[in-house]
Amino acid sequence: MVATLTLSERRTAQWVLLALGAVGLLIALAARGDPMAFHGVLMLLFAAALAWPLFQARNAPEPPEERLERYYDDPIKVGIVLSLVWGVIGMAVGVWIAFLMAYPDMTLDAAWASFGRLRPVHTSGVIFGFGGNALIATSFHVVQRTGRNRLADQFTPWFVLLGFNLFCLVAATGYLLGITQSKEYAEPEWYADLLLVVVWVTYLVLYLRTLARRREPHIYVANWYYLAFILVVAVLHVINNLAVPVSLSGAKSYSAFSGVQDAMTQWWYGHNAVAFFLTAGFLGMLYYYLPKCAGRPIYSYRMSIISFWGITFLYMWAGSHHLHYTALPQWVQSLGVGFSVMLLVPSWGSAANALLTLNGAWHKVRTQATLRFMMVAAVFYGLSTFEGSFMAIRPVNSLSHYTDWTVGHVHSGALGWVALITFGSFYSLVPWIWKRERMYSPRLVEVHFWLALSGIVTYLVSLWNAGITQGVMWRTYTDSGTLAYSFLDTVIAMEPYYVARGVGGLLFLTGACIALYNVLMTIREAKLEGASEADAEESSAAPPDRPASASTPPIGGAPAGAALRARAD
Amino acid sequence: MPLFRGHYRLEKHSIGLALGIIAVSSIGGIMEIAPLFTIDETVQSDPDMRVYTPLELAGRHIYMREGCYACHSQMVRTLRDEVERYGPYSLAVESQYDHPMLWGSKRTGPDLARVGGKYSDAWQTLHLYNPRDLVPESIMPAYRWLLRTPLDMSDLPGHLTAMRRVGVPYDDEMIANAASDAHAQATPDPESAAELHARYGEATNVRAFDGLPDVVTEMDAMVAYLQILGRLTELPYETPVAEELEEPEVVERSDAESGAAVRRVAERDAPGQATTELVR
Repeated sequence: MVATLTLSERRTAQWVLLALGAVGLLIALAARGDPMAFHGVLMLLFAAALAWPLFQARNAPEPPEERLERYYDDPIKVGIVLSLVWGVIGMAVGVWIAFLMAYPDMTLDAAWASFGRLRPVHTSGVIFGFGGNALIATSFHVVQRTGRNRLADQFTPWFVLLGFNLFCLVAATGYLLGITQSKEYAEPEWYADLLLVVVWVTYLVLYLRTLARRREPHIYVANWYYLAFILVVAVLHVINNLAVPVSLSGAKSYSAFSGVQDAMTQWWYGHNAVAFFLTAGFLGMLYYYLPKCAGRPIYSYRMSIISFWGITFLYMWAGSHHLHYTALPQWVQSLGVGFSVMLLVPSWGSAANALLTLNGAWHKVRTQATLRFMMVAAVFYGLSTFEGSFMAIRPVNSLSHYTDWTVGHVHSGALGWVALITFGSFYSLVPWIWKRERMYSPRLVEVHFWLALSGIVTYLVSLWNAGITQGVMWRTYTDSGTLAYSFLDTVIAMEPYYVARGVGGLLFLTGACIALYNVLMTIREAKLEGASEADAEESSAAPPDRPASASTPPIGGAPAGAALRARAD
Repeated sequence: MPLFRGHYRLEKHSIGLALGIIAVSSIGGIMEIAPLFTIDETVQSDPDMRVYTPLELAGRHIYMREGCYACHSQMVRTLRDEVERYGPYSLAVESQYDHPMLWGSKRTGPDLARVGGKYSDAWQTLHLYNPRDLVPESIMPAYRWLLRTPLDMSDLPGHLTAMRRVGVPYDDEMIANAASDAHAQATPDPESAAELHARYGEATNVRAFDGLPDVVTEMDAMVAYLQILGRLTELPYETPVAEELEEPEVVERSDAESGAAVRRVAERDAPGQATTELVR
């Protein structure tokens, strides 16, 4: 893969790796005695590990000019595999700590193995590792196919993908070492945050440069979502992570905000990480892979526009519904309720748009697990956005908040929507990009689908029960007007649900492992065949001669804007 | 429709689209967050609100490091059952010096906003060491390493300086003596305690929190922090528990054993007293 880089790109890569190694060394030396030193060493090793293939390819000739006529898919391939590996790790940690909640002594007497340190490894592992890599990989694919142009250059995609994974590594290992700023879903400390800023700005610039080179006059709707995801996540990340480090050679920092302002900033971030990381980005995926896989154009162009701007505008107001009945001023809480309820309109607009797109292709939903993944994802998107608006209403929230109902709701979105749309997209993308007729085993895709669905249902039913039971017990009074249950009574009542939840998670994790296996075997088959068929296969999906497997795609092939316009006029 | 025609043109311009996204998405945040910094009533003013001592601040750091906030909230909501279970509802001023706040989002365990002084130091230490020794049905992790890890106090002046930069009123003297103050708070000694009291107030707890007077452990810091929760200001206890409290749909339990239930609540929600006597 390195040999496909031009000589000047390889030189740039050298300098960047050298700089990373130098920064790593500097941190390792300056932060001696602080856990941050570990991350210095990690950066140094990361740079060295990447320098090795670069060194091996030092004598490779300049790649031929024809490469510019083809799509650049190498980073996408690596991104897919990284995403699935992070997914398996993150979900495995999740299952582990889920069982710790039922069997708390089933662990080592070591700080790193405790629930509190492993939990962010799970959340960051699945959100950033699994979800983030999936978004980066698919955005690189979608932006090329819908604009019928190649990525702007070959170095920057690698910088974005690998830099992002370095951030994920620093984050996950940091939690085990006790490095955290305790802001939920923004736990990494200041230096990891800075690293992400550099990576993210590069990502934005690459995306805009690639869009600028498109051969289509119109930017396809999937790209609006990816663009919103990149832009808004940058804003959220920078503002929520404003902090003053104790020293430049130590990990600890203090947030710029305190108390009520910090709470509002944190949940403005937290809720919109859901909105723009876990919703907008994945809607980008939905808007490309679902119609393409179904062979149908998007049902309504106008619904796409209304939903897109509705989500972009309304979500940002909704964060305060995480703070009902708290010390946050009432007027902000009320705004949060109003906008959360209004959010249902664009959310269901998107879900309906996706499901109506399937009209005329329902027979494929029945027979192809890949498309069924995406269909069920759209259904869960509709269900969990409804549940979200419902839980944002104050009286409902007074019962649901602080209980496992919230955790169930999050997983309805995370497993049912985010993970299923990702698996569906991967199952269509992997054969296209490795130029295979189908996945290694369509049967295993089918098995995965049912494992995932049964896992989700088990998970959700147990946590809905757990949450509502606990919420009701907390507020139950006796005849004499005193609280009926001690807190401990409610903890004891949770045990069967926690076990069932763990089982549900285990089913889902098994499915994810099968997905990783299936993808790796598909790659292996492609490699074996590629070796025997020599270079004839080389011609990648260039605009003039698209691969046979993606025969006349409705969107990637036909100009995206035109496909939508048909409906608009 | 002109709206859709306009959009039809907009989606030909990537930069226009990007600027549109930035503009539309920033309105909500600006409208909701910026006023919180400018409207005075957002946070009550309390001249008696005290800052964390260096030992308590170190304890707070450990609380964050171990992820306690993932299972314990520090926010009593304005609901009748919460006020009866935990104590007066939380005021904004109480987390005025919390960078960041630890209001939490989940109660796998109970709220801790009012836990300061509710249990003895010995109870807290034993409970953190192995919760199931005191509460057999508890599912809280054991934090044994806190008791065997000496507290690193050398960088505490840096921590106080950083806190001052973000607006917490630590004075030069507090910063200069941060390390020795932390040591003094966990090592009862009349002379150094007097200095600590002069700087942070007479009510400051000075005790060998973990029961080991010779060494300042992370357990000392953690327990010192837990014992100050809800005790930085007296304001919430003075605010009349008004009719304004939101009453949730009260679920009445009309079984015969309600008397037994009351006794059970009394025992389980305040085992502190019982255990305190045992330990002492």
